Amino acid sequence: MEKTRPLSPHLTIYRWQISMILSILHRITGVGLGIGTLMISYWFISIASGPKSYSTAQWFFDSIIGKILIFGFTLSLVFHLLNGIRHLFWDIGLGFEINTSKKSGWTVVILTFILTLAIWLSAFMIKKTYE
Amino acid sequence: MVEFTLPKNSKIKKGKKHQSKDLGKKNKSFKVYRWNPDDKKNPQLDTFDINLENCGPMVLDALIKIKNEIDPTLTFRRSCREGVCGSCAMNIDGTNTLACTKSIEDIKGEVSVFPLPHMHVVKDLVIDMKKLYEQYASIKPWLQSNSSDPSRERSQSKKERSKLDGLWECILCACCSTSCPSYWWNPDRYLGPAVLLQAYRWIADSRDEKTGERLDNLEDPFRLYRCHTIMNCTSACPKGLNPAKAIAETKKLMHERR
Repeated sequence: MEKTRPLSPHLTIYRWQISMILSILHRITGVGLGIGTLMISYWFISIASGPKSYSTAQWFFDSIIGKILIFGFTLSLVFHLLNGIRHLFWDIGLGFEINTSKKSGWTVVILTFILTLAIWLSAFMIKKTYE
Repeated sequence: MVEFTLPKNSKIKKGKKHQSKDLGKKNKSFKVYRWNPDDKKNPQLDTFDINLENCGPMVLDALIKIKNEIDPTLTFRRSCREGVCGSCAMNIDGTNTLACTKSIEDIKGEVSVFPLPHMHVVKDLVIDMKKLYEQYASIKPWLQSNSSDPSRERSQSKKERSKLDGLWECILCACCSTSCPSYWWNPDRYLGPAVLLQAYRWIADSRDEKTGERLDNLEDPFRLYRCHTIMNCTSACPKGLNPAKAIAETKKLMHERR
């Protein structure tokens, strides 16, 4: 009997809410951090392996794809950090009211964009002073 | 196991269109999930157009109207019609709630009505709650004490009693558990918000003397710790309770007793 019974729909019919979106983004950005760490390791290895491999790495990170990857890594880092702070508050039992969690969620979203842009702007400004 | 798509026999097909005879100026469409175990077909989504001028204010009123006037085979659970019994829990307009306390006017456009998510369907909007009840039984939802029975009632201070507020009101409608993605992916091993809130209800009770055993029973990577604070449960609860907080309090106690 149970085998013939259909499973009711779930992910496809449930209304996406900020809480749910940020939760899955926390996991996705966690994976992003893993990939980013591999990228940094590659960069360090290229430095250790001499000027030729280093210039290849620099060429890659300076390309459009490289920049997109680094931007994604920065975004992941900032979001995961801020949302992680939200999780720390939850761990001590604070911020569970629906309104509070919505507000803290939107704060994380807005701060993520501001901080990520600030990091990139300052990076470009530092780069300019060396050119 | 995480399976994002529905099994083959559960994919939803296009359904029939029905219209009530009294259509007028204030019409509303209801898209309702249908599945009949007798006719070996996949589930389908039927559309019912009804006139709200001749209908009560809640989604449950509309479902009863459809059953009375258009299709008597439409199957759903309902009893108290005032948010006390928890029978008419279903997924309405994308979130889990009680049909009897969900106002039709609060929903823009068509009203979608599905059974509670990621559960086995018995018929139409009726789901099989057997596993959930088994999980509920596993947390021993009754007062347990080591001492012999007192000659009179076990008294509590006002402060001790107040710890149960926000917990005892749970009606076990399963809106929260079936809104939880963690429970969708691990319904066998994760207890889910409803059962965990009930577990905490007994942990927090000053009269209960088996707190240690109760925590031991939850100390498990799946039973308790599959909760990742997604918060769908708290958003869904039609009684305004906070299962996510009850789970967090349980996790805190786990940590404190280390």
